[in-house]
Amino acid sequence: MASGLHQSDFKNPVVRWIDARLPVFTMMEKEYGTFPTPRNFNYLWNFGALAMVTLLIMIATGIFLAMNYTPHVNHAFDSVERIMRDVNYGWLLRYVHANGASMFFIVVYVHIWRGLYYGSYKAPRELLWMLGVVIFLLMMATAFMGYVLPWGQMSFWGATVITNLFSAIPLVGDSIVTWLWGGFSVDNPTLNRFFSLHYLLPFVIVGVVFLHVAALHITGSNNPLGIDPKGPQDTVPFHPYYTVKDSVGLVAYFVVFAVLVFFFPNLLGHPDNYIPANPLVTPPHIVPEWYFLPYYAILRAVPNKLGGVVLMFSSILILFVLPWLDTSPVRSMRFRPIARIALLLWTVAFFVLMWCGSQPPEGIAVVLARIGTAYYFAYFLVILPLLGWFERPLPLPESIARPVLRGGGPLPAGATSKPMEKA
Amino acid sequence: MAETLATHPGAPLGAEAAHGAEPEHGGGKRRDFLKLVTGAFAVVGTGAIVWPFISSMNPSRDVLALSTTEVDLSPIQVGQAVTVVWRGKPVFVRHRTQQDIEAAQQVPVSELRDPQTDAQRVIKPEWLVMIGICTHLGCVPLGQKPTDPHGDYGGWFCPCHGSHYDTSGRIRKGPAPKNLVVPPYTFTSDTQIRIG
Repeated sequence: MASGLHQSDFKNPVVRWIDARLPVFTMMEKEYGTFPTPRNFNYLWNFGALAMVTLLIMIATGIFLAMNYTPHVNHAFDSVERIMRDVNYGWLLRYVHANGASMFFIVVYVHIWRGLYYGSYKAPRELLWMLGVVIFLLMMATAFMGYVLPWGQMSFWGATVITNLFSAIPLVGDSIVTWLWGGFSVDNPTLNRFFSLHYLLPFVIVGVVFLHVAALHITGSNNPLGIDPKGPQDTVPFHPYYTVKDSVGLVAYFVVFAVLVFFFPNLLGHPDNYIPANPLVTPPHIVPEWYFLPYYAILRAVPNKLGGVVLMFSSILILFVLPWLDTSPVRSMRFRPIARIALLLWTVAFFVLMWCGSQPPEGIAVVLARIGTAYYFAYFLVILPLLGWFERPLPLPESIARPVLRGGGPLPAGATSKPMEKA
Repeated sequence: MAETLATHPGAPLGAEAAHGAEPEHGGGKRRDFLKLVTGAFAVVGTGAIVWPFISSMNPSRDVLALSTTEVDLSPIQVGQAVTVVWRGKPVFVRHRTQQDIEAAQQVPVSELRDPQTDAQRVIKPEWLVMIGICTHLGCVPLGQKPTDPHGDYGGWFCPCHGSHYDTSGRIRKGPAPKNLVVPPYTFTSDTQIRIG
């Protein structure tokens, strides 16, 4: 073999020839074939793969929608209606894309919650977690700009309200908003740049996802017990065990996705967005898409413009420092009796905020939004830092293999690192 | 199918299974069968997903709705020609003179690169209707206006690569392989045609 070539183990001569010069086959085999993965994943570990698949669906449908979409204030709404009525399968592409955004957020919220519950953000996975938060922020920006493109009433007024958030910045706020708009109101320049960025950002997300996965393959996956694999008896190769498990989850996911697209395509949308944008009339009750509602509730919980905006952005940015706010060395909430309840309450607070965000800002909704906001932040800033000191965790299992293979007497020390009979 | 599998493991796989292999072997065959079925479903499913994407690039309904063009012939005097648009392409409509018609009819078909009689190219001899796109590489030939070059045969001349067409729009000289195409059209009245 000529020097400078990669030593390939593949038998097929064509694969071998390529692999010796560009070892992509070796890399795929290492990262997705034999990659040692904890043997005790539950179905919550499907959601990373589901998010990846959803990203690809969004990019594919988006590229084909862009072939028929016109980013101009006079034509945008009509071009979307033309997609729905005249373009072959245009209705399918658009409904998959629109509901795909909702499915993407459902999947990513479960994925994030999985990380919160099993402590996946803790050392050594801090950077992996932070890259995930970057992806989440990019997703939110992309989703927001995508919602503006149909140029309906909700598109227009959503764009107006969200861009106006930046006017809360002292001194330069108004200049920034004018710069974002490219004018003195949301208008054609705004629509054009939103379309440009809506097309760009998904590919930026692909790049950050690559880094996210690269970081994951350095530390290895967390698992429901939150303890590190101690040897080969604690892991299984990614293929076929988790390719198959992910496939099962994917089929179930596609069923839910298809039911939404084919039977309830407008369930999660807002009827006002089928009215063309009118810069002179605001709809009586404007709400963001469902996935932004909790943050919208936080924004409105504070009777101060700058305070609300700061709190809303903080609610996401706080995730960046979560690895250092949680002082407990125990990852999985399965062994943290108090933190587990605190997180479940946080989850309730999240849904309460979601409901509050959908309501007009008056009466009980405001009170609940304030309580929910207070708890949302208290969980990160007070409860998690203190629990590390006051909580007594349950005893951790000796290894991943032991609780999986139940039965048998207590193993002598060191036995866990011996190969298991079955494996 | 499930029952067949349960009673005769591996049976659907054909002749080999009939030898009645040992249980481990039967299991292996069943796995092959499952792999085959899974693969087949994946291929069909992928095809079903890909098709709407490909189909969406075909002409949409609003484009197809523009696929006919009506032309009023009454203002076109003998010797005049007009160009109309049908499906985004120029269509030449010429009210031919008696000389044009005779010149076109007298050409021996055997001399032509793309043999067609003049009668095969018209419904009424005085009206010549054809798509004004050179069959070489898609330019629009000159010859609609009296001041245009008409080529060596008194019809049309394509300035891109020098194809000459006669008074019936047939290729006579130059690189183009075919006569100018006659689109489908009908006379809806004596002075009106519908193209498409």
